Amino acid sequence: MRRILISASLLLAGFAAQAGAMPEYKLVISNHTYQPAELKVPAGVKFKLLVENRDATPEEFESTEFNREKIVMPHSSVHIYVGPLSAGRYKFFGDFHQDTAQGALVVE
Amino acid sequence: MLAIALLVFREVLEAALIVTIVCAATRGVPRRGLYVTGGLALGVTGALLVALFAGALADAFSGVGQEVFNAAVLLAAVLMIGWHVLWMSSHGRQLASEMKALGGAVQTGSSSLTMLLLVVALAVLREGSEVVLFLYGMVAGGAGGVVGGLALGIVGGVAVGFALYFGLLRIPLRHFFAATNALLVLLAAGLASSAARYLVQANLLPALNDQLWDSSWLLSNGSLPGQTLHILIGYDAHPSGIMLVFYLSVVLLLVAGMRVIGKPPKPRTAVLNVAESGL
Repeated sequence: MRRILISASLLLAGFAAQAGAMPEYKLVISNHTYQPAELKVPAGVKFKLLVENRDATPEEFESTEFNREKIVMPHSSVHIYVGPLSAGRYKFFGDFHQDTAQGALVVE
Repeated sequence: MLAIALLVFREVLEAALIVTIVCAATRGVPRRGLYVTGGLALGVTGALLVALFAGALADAFSGVGQEVFNAAVLLAAVLMIGWHVLWMSSHGRQLASEMKALGGAVQTGSSSLTMLLLVVALAVLREGSEVVLFLYGMVAGGAGGVVGGLALGIVGGVAVGFALYFGLLRIPLRHFFAATNALLVLLAAGLASSAARYLVQANLLPALNDQLWDSSWLLSNGSLPGQTLHILIGYDAHPSGIMLVFYLSVVLLLVAGMRVIGKPPKPRTAVLNVAESGL
């Protein structure tokens, strides 16, 4: 059991180490909208998505198309690891303001 | 108000489906209502606390505290459900016959009640904290109809839970615990795969192929049936490899465990046979 735990933690450390070299992209939530509303990202690459919420209210960054969800507190930022995705268009939205907070990743 | 009701409904539905299945699985357990109520109260309190400390939680573990917390809550629920399923496989037969004999009242020990309390609390805590943050934002943003939306959403979600519950009660007693056990296994497997998704999002686990397949043309994750099946059986329109690994591991472990533990005692007593044939 201990051996499993050790190898698991080594595996995890290995993945954490990879994170340093990962490309980063940024989205800003302002007035319950995403800026940019379309974000171009490369296909076949895992990347780090920074989401900054400039509003005074919490938002939940969510995509059912690339399976991510994370609460973004007011005036704060979060990061999410996404992909690698194959080429295409993947919508995301703000779960708490779905009428305005809509956007898409354009993977190419 | 409708937008508020809709979001609350979706979150309440998720918790209600989980609560419904564990309620059905603990059918006939005395003092069950007390434990469900306790679990609900614990869950609501927890949800408020989680929402209150959401900022600190988000910053924990180098910014992936939210994912780690969600995965931990989900995996704790998986453990509780798994334990109960295995426990039931050694006592289920006896339980069904006792229920028949005693008109529904049986003593099942503490296993069921602890499971019930904790799983209800964890489900409510997870979905509830989202509702709290959402409502806080709505109130802070000056939106109208918050109370009405909240009430409508809760009533709608709970109503679906009750409908499912009474639907499950129609399963003949002979097959009842086998059916609820199967539901619990799939529920636990789905929760485990959700935990894997959070850990991939936090880059703590490899995705092992980010999109194993895409069945969103048939049933998308965003649709209500897709979301319902997601909770009930862990359906995902485009799961990652690791999600499938978690899902299948839980199913295989529990099914194998049930087989091993649930082997019928060799010289079956005549009394039991009579009781069973009476079902």
